[in-house]
Amino acid sequence: MIRRKKEREATEINAGSMADIAFLLLIFFLVTTTIVSDSALPFTLPEKTDQPPVDVKINDKNIFKVIVNSSDKLLVEDDIMELAQIREEAIKFLENKGRDKDLSDSPKDAIVSYRADRGTSYEMFINVLDELKAAYHVVRAKELGISLDAYLALDKEDKADKKLLDKAKEAYPMQLSIAEPSKF
Amino acid sequence: MASFKKKTKTSQEIPTSALPDIIFILLFFFMVATTVRPNEVKVKTSLPRITQVQKLEQVNILSNIHIGKPNDVEKFGKEARIQVNDVFISADGIPKFIEEERVKLGDKRNLLQVVFKIDKEAKMGLVTDVQEKLRDVSARKVNYSGLKISER
Repeated sequence: MIRRKKEREATEINAGSMADIAFLLLIFFLVTTTIVSDSALPFTLPEKTDQPPVDVKINDKNIFKVIVNSSDKLLVEDDIMELAQIREEAIKFLENKGRDKDLSDSPKDAIVSYRADRGTSYEMFINVLDELKAAYHVVRAKELGISLDAYLALDKEDKADKKLLDKAKEAYPMQLSIAEPSKF
Repeated sequence: MASFKKKTKTSQEIPTSALPDIIFILLFFFMVATTVRPNEVKVKTSLPRITQVQKLEQVNILSNIHIGKPNDVEKFGKEARIQVNDVFISADGIPKFIEEERVKLGDKRNLLQVVFKIDKEAKMGLVTDVQEKLRDVSARKVNYSGLKISER
């Protein structure tokens, strides 16, 4: 028998599917990548001192008292209140500037005092803290004549933005204190 | 006039031989950007929702503290626990943890910030204990981590 000589095949690996394989891997990593972008409420804890607290006379009307008990009920300025109302009340307190005799004299004197019990749920604690911060942000945004969203978008690193932030902080310093909780 | 040599017809196809290379570059980027989480979170932390958020930058100066109910209830019980790195500690272990984190930062040690990842069902008592310990070692910058929601 006469065998026809087979034609030699080119010794090349077919690379056409390479792109598909790479795509598959790419999609896998695209899906599994979580670009870390944590958002959080920043807060600075009070400094610890050995000295007993100095008895500073602060007029009672300059303190906005918020208490949350262990069953997540709110007491604001000795009144029972819902979470939704607290922002409005806090704004009223901060913006008072001496008009109402029962509220703050000026934003610089105004102190927001917040106390949660040991049994308070963390969610409630954060919700109230969030609302109190929101109140500050709203009045600051109003001071600058911009919307709340625009205020929150201000960037500390940017020079022009920093100036605005400093101006807002000057007008409404955030004097938010978290008191040590009661023992229940 | 000299006659022009007729141009050879060029191929109409786009060369795709470089495509795998491009895809590979993208692939390597995502491979590098992917962080395989070294520490397994052993407590359930479903974060509360917040609106007045601030983005956490400078990830290297942040130390995470997780507080929540253990995932493995049979082994560790139902009570909320504190987890740092990948071990459970009590509130008394916080100063030691902070010191270790500070050593890692070297000359930026004073910039250390704590990120609380706390389950919304946790009680404030435990959180307060941790905060008291943080105040003891004057690590006073804390961040309460939460999920961002937009204004109602």
